[in-house]
Amino acid sequence: MRYEAPNSLDQAVALLAHEPGEARALAGGTDLLVQMRTDLIDPVLVVDIKGIAELRQITEEAGGFRVGAAVTGAELKEHPKLKSVWPGIVEAANLIGSTQIQGRATMGGNLCNGSPAADSVPALIAAGAKASIAGPKGRREVPVEDVMIGPRKLSLAKGEIVASFLLRPRPAHTGDAYLRFIPRTEMDIAVVGCGVCLTLDGRGKCTAARVSLGAVADRPLLVAPAAHALIGTPLDEAALQKLAAAASAACRPIDDKRGTKDYRIKVAGVLARRAALIALERARKV
Amino acid sequence: MAKHHVTATVNGDAVEFLCDTQETLLDCLRDQLGLTGTKEGCSTGDCGACSVTVNGRLVCSCLMLAVEAGGTSIGTIEGIARGNELHPLQRKFIEHAALQCGICTPGFLVAAKSLLEKEPNPSETQVRFWLAGNLCRCTGYDKIVRAVLDAAAEMRGA
Repeated sequence: MRYEAPNSLDQAVALLAHEPGEARALAGGTDLLVQMRTDLIDPVLVVDIKGIAELRQITEEAGGFRVGAAVTGAELKEHPKLKSVWPGIVEAANLIGSTQIQGRATMGGNLCNGSPAADSVPALIAAGAKASIAGPKGRREVPVEDVMIGPRKLSLAKGEIVASFLLRPRPAHTGDAYLRFIPRTEMDIAVVGCGVCLTLDGRGKCTAARVSLGAVADRPLLVAPAAHALIGTPLDEAALQKLAAAASAACRPIDDKRGTKDYRIKVAGVLARRAALIALERARKV
Repeated sequence: MAKHHVTATVNGDAVEFLCDTQETLLDCLRDQLGLTGTKEGCSTGDCGACSVTVNGRLVCSCLMLAVEAGGTSIGTIEGIARGNELHPLQRKFIEHAALQCGICTPGFLVAAKSLLEKEPNPSETQVRFWLAGNLCRCTGYDKIVRAVLDAAAEMRGA
């Protein structure tokens, strides 16, 4: 196995694009090294992308943020502004693993690992984040929900790297939240995860919403009917019931040791409702 | 494939070693540098026995390639005591009997020291969440948490 640590995106893309064998980008390595160790993957080339400036920075851009794909969970938490603007995203990223994992794990890695249960992904989708992708044919921006297409499967072409995430300027009266359910209090993989972002008008009526579910399908889902259950309402009991029903209806989960299909379907509705109430509280304050 | 030549700082001392690409920082600390205080538990980042700091950040050394450590400053369990003088955390672990078999202990100490550098006056909840990635299968968690809180109090001069 070869190891390269380029300091430019162009070099990283060229290395990954020109390697005929299995090549992997290395950010925090908290998934990659485990997969190498357990022989799930056997790359001939690993390209460490942490030496590339854009990938390691959080910058304010166009009224929003550009968050480097290789910024760690601990660094997201320590940023003076990001958590107050997009708390749901930062809280979701901070749910991944232990303190030790937070010192290394990144949102770019969480997305590109391709797990349907990735915690930061539904939060990014709910917030309407875009992935800025660099590749042999240049740069492109795609909604985060279009990056993963199935377990361990991404819509990235050979040589493409998720370089950063673009977070739009947060509209007035907008709040986001992410909740996940696990069988214990820390250090586990989501049974269900739910991200909600919503915007209110001056009188408290919901004018825009996005709802995303993780761990209930072959990839994180953007659930339009769940958003529609909220839009035009003051998030009253009837709207929350419709939201829960729409979230549950969108699930097509598997049975596994963490939960049965029926359980996940039920919990998805409960979490959507709770996340919406947290997002509502936050939207009222800003 | 030629080996990588890695230079870094470990517990304040300049070190250099040769490693294969797939070797982890944990492998090299133990096998190249002879620093066997850092333990291998699960090798998947779940147990925290291999905890070290890299540029001040607590990490699992089993989840980092050794070649990634080039140019970094690494802190291990061997750097915690000052000569024969134990760190307050080490003394409190002994006083509270916060260890049985001892395999998890270096990881707990490195992780706890990292917490107290960031938060000198942690609540019990903060200690428990910070140490959630350190597993003790002799199940001494309560004693460990008490030892950390007691050490924190002593270090604050309380």
